[in-house]
Order: sequence, then C-alpha cells, then structure tokens
Amino acid sequence: MVAKLKGQYGSGLEALSYLGQNYLVADRSLIPEILQILRDEEQFDYCVDVTAVHYPERPKQFEVFWILYSFERNERIRVKTGISDGESLPSSVGLWPTANWLEREVFDMFGIKFDGHPDLKRILLPDGWKGYPLRKDYGIIQQDNEWVQINLGIESGQ
Amino acid sequence: MSDATKYISHLELGERDETFLDSNELIINMGPQHPATHGVLRVILKLDGEKVLGTECVIGYLHRGVEKIAENRTYAMFNPYVDRMDYVAAVSNGLGYCEAVEKLLNVEAPPRAKYIRVILAELNRIASHQLWLGTHALDIGAMTPLFYTFRDREEILKIFEKYCGARLTTHAFRIGGCQYETYEGFERDVIKFVDFVTPKIDEYEELLTTNRIWVERTKDVGLISGKDCIALGVTGPVLRASGVKWDIRKAQPYAVYSEMDFEIPVGQNGDTYDRYLVRMAEMRQSLRIIRQAVGKIPEGPIMAKVPKVLKPPVGEIYHSIEAPKGELGYFIVSDGSTQPYRVRVRPPSFVNLQALDLMVRGALVADVIAVIGTLDIVLGEVDR
Repeated sequence: MVAKLKGQYGSGLEALSYLGQNYLVADRSLIPEILQILRDEEQFDYCVDVTAVHYPERPKQFEVFWILYSFERNERIRVKTGISDGESLPSSVGLWPTANWLEREVFDMFGIKFDGHPDLKRILLPDGWKGYPLRKDYGIIQQDNEWVQINLGIESGQ
Repeated sequence: MSDATKYISHLELGERDETFLDSNELIINMGPQHPATHGVLRVILKLDGEKVLGTECVIGYLHRGVEKIAENRTYAMFNPYVDRMDYVAAVSNGLGYCEAVEKLLNVEAPPRAKYIRVILAELNRIASHQLWLGTHALDIGAMTPLFYTFRDREEILKIFEKYCGARLTTHAFRIGGCQYETYEGFERDVIKFVDFVTPKIDEYEELLTTNRIWVERTKDVGLISGKDCIALGVTGPVLRASGVKWDIRKAQPYAVYSEMDFEIPVGQNGDTYDRYLVRMAEMRQSLRIIRQAVGKIPEGPIMAKVPKVLKPPVGEIYHSIEAPKGELGYFIVSDGSTQPYRVRVRPPSFVNLQALDLMVRGALVADVIAVIGTLDIVLGEVDR
C-alpha cells in the first residue's frame, strides 16, 4: 500500500513508523486525495480521531492528525500534515461523518478552519469565546475575561 | 437524502416569526438541568407534536480543559486527572493512560501488574454497566433495578476501597505497573464477589428481559445500523449491538487479554433492547475474565523498572483500550521533556453522543430519553 502511494505521489508523501505504529506525513495539498484513497481503496472505513498539535516556533505552526482504522485489515494508520496559522484544511465530514464533531473540536481548541464543514462552530466552549485554549501561547489560567464578566456577572472565573 | 447529509443535524434554529404560532413545529430545550440527561447535557429538540424532527446537542458545561492541564503537568502528575473524565469507570481511564505512556517509554508492566489491571478493569466494567442499567431503567420508568444494581455495585467499590483507598477516582495504576500489592485476601474477595453477583445478573434480567413495559419501551427504539455506527465512529456495546463483532480486547489485545478466554456478545437489530442484552452478556463475560485472571495471577514484582523522572523520547503514540463505553484512546506527543507536549483523549462518550441525532430522528420525545440512556454517556468524558 505504502509503495503504491509513494509511487503515485513521490516526494510529497513520507511513510514512517514509530514504536510499531505506521504513519504518513503528507503535504497539505495531497490531503484530500490521500484521505479519499485510504477510505475507498485501502478500506480505512473508521475515522478514530482528528486532532492537532501546536508548534509555535515552526513556520508551519500546526500539525493536524487523522487517526484511521480499518476493520478489514485490523490496522491503524495516522496521517499528518503541517499547516501554517490561518491556513484551512478540507473537511473530511463527507468521508467520515464522525469527523463532524471532531473537526469542530479542533476548530474550538486551535482555530483551524475546515472548508466544507456543514456547521463549523465552537463545541465545548461558548460561541462568543475569544481565543483558542490549546494553542501554546494561551496560558493555563487564561480566560476570556470579557465573556466571563458579561455572561456570568462575576469578575473572574478563576 | 444523500449519504453525506444523512448524518448531519438538520436543526435550523430560525427566528421566531409570526407563523411560528400557526405551525406545528416546536423547539424545546431538554436540559442542561434534566435528570434524564445524566449530567449537564442540553439537547435542543425540534418537534412536530410528539415527533422529533431534529436535535442538536449543546455540550461543554463540564469542560475543564483536561488536555490543557496535561501539558502543564508531568506524566505522573497527570495520571489522577484521567480518573475525572469517565468517573464511573476511572480504572479504565487510568489503564489506557498508563499503557500509552509505557508504550512511549518502551517499558512493559510486569505480568502480575497486568493481571491486577485486568481484574480491576473488568470489575470496573461491571460497575459501569450496573450504573448504566440502574439509571437507564429508572429513566424509562422501572425504579426497582436501580436499587438492585446499586446494592451490588457497592461490593465492587468496597474492593476498590480496600485495594487503593478510593471508591470512584481510584488512581489504581502507576506508569510501569501498580503502586500497591494486592491486600491479604484480595483474591478471595474478588471470587466471593463473582459468586455473589452471577445470580444477581439473572435477577436483573428477570426484572426486565421479558417485562412487557420494558420491551415496549426499548424494542425498535433508537435503531442504528452497523454501517451507520462505523460511519459515525460509534464504538463499544452500541456498535456490537448493531451486529459488528469488534472489541479492542480481541482485535488488538492489550494487557493480558490475549490469554483470556471470552466471547464478544453481539446483537442483531441495533435497537435499545439489543444494546441492553449486549451489556448484560458483557457483564457475564467480564465475570468469566475475572475468574480466569484470579486463577492465573502469577507471583512477582508489580512495578517495572522506571526512572523516578519520566522523560520519554521524542515521538508520538496512539494507544486505545476497550473502555466500558467504547474505544478510549490516548494520543500523546512527547518532546523529550518531563511534561507531555500534547495529550489528546479520544473519548468514547463524545463520539457516541454524535449518533443521538440520527437515532432519534422521527422518534417520539419519550424515546429521546431512552436513547440518551442507551448510549451510556458520561458528561465528564464528553466535555473533558
């Protein structure tokens, strides 16, 4: 599978393994095609998780992960790609409906936009909240003071 | 309806215009303070009389930022926090986290520790299913099972308390093994419990399985096919009740499940009744596993050699276990320091809750309660 994908995409795709877990590192531009192929041709029919990691010092600040599983092959694979702040990604809700809430959570926590998502809005935090808590520059006790004061009528939630 | 739009909530919360009074559509809020939502879950329902046209879940009332906390704690310090996610199955949370970090550190817990882990995790699965059964039945209107299940669950909590001093947020495991050796008479207590609870499960079944009201309220309610489950990422008993025979304990065994002899109960119809039967059968399988584990538990150390200060090498790991509610995964990124760079929890309740909309569309309001109950969500885990 890896050899086939590699032959097709060449340098934009790298297949690696760490501690026995396989993962693909792909260019942002290849993501829609690769996810489509993994689902349709390689039977990765279950999207376990979509998540992201923030690396503020890198030019491509965010790494976004798709963790996939195939019932047929009993195998997991991770796909990751790097994107810079403000760049968006194609939504995979069309491929795996479960990505709906998972992508909303990534948007909520990191501010990464997914194009084509049916209803991209905050999921765990209130709609009017400012800031993205899982970014590294967001302090652990930081909060949206304005929101807290207006909506809860208290000086601080801490 | 095309395949893609089927899974998306079609609730359009427009402005209340003048025609609102004339139309039969009604938008009501269920929760966040509602006894049948098992916590602070708010469901916005769009109704046509008694019929549900669409729903939208509003979650996050219990959000504590567990993943953010993890980045600011050492690996060992974060361990107690995971107990506070799915607080009715704290042992499973701890098991998943400890195993994930162990994988990242490339250490393995000693066999004795693994057996202790399996025994406690399976006890916890029974406790979780008992709590689910009691509250689910109560929601539907059967009050008696609640007293039965809570009475029996107490025995499990007593074992936990004797083992590690805590009843719910157990923090029973450490990275590399277990903190505590089993107490004197642990095996005897566990076997005594297994003998005690085996007939009790039949008792629950006697109360419900052929009870006409129970069958009426659960049969063909909240139907979901195996295909839809996979598309929506639904795991655990809900997936199995829809006929998909998949359990991580069998598919990708962890701890010592590969040495255990047990079966994966599956349902056929994917309705609330089948999910009930699957969970009942799972409790019996758990008892089987516990009995075997107690019989086979080896002597030896309970803690692997792990350094005092944990500094996993740079890298990422995803490890998941079969929690009582489904696939519980931990995705941990290490930057080589003492604190995890990122911990992502893949919570089963959160993902399973997404199926609510599909399961209740077209059903009656009363069925919404049944479906929330049958999904077995814990809001502490949904919101983290």
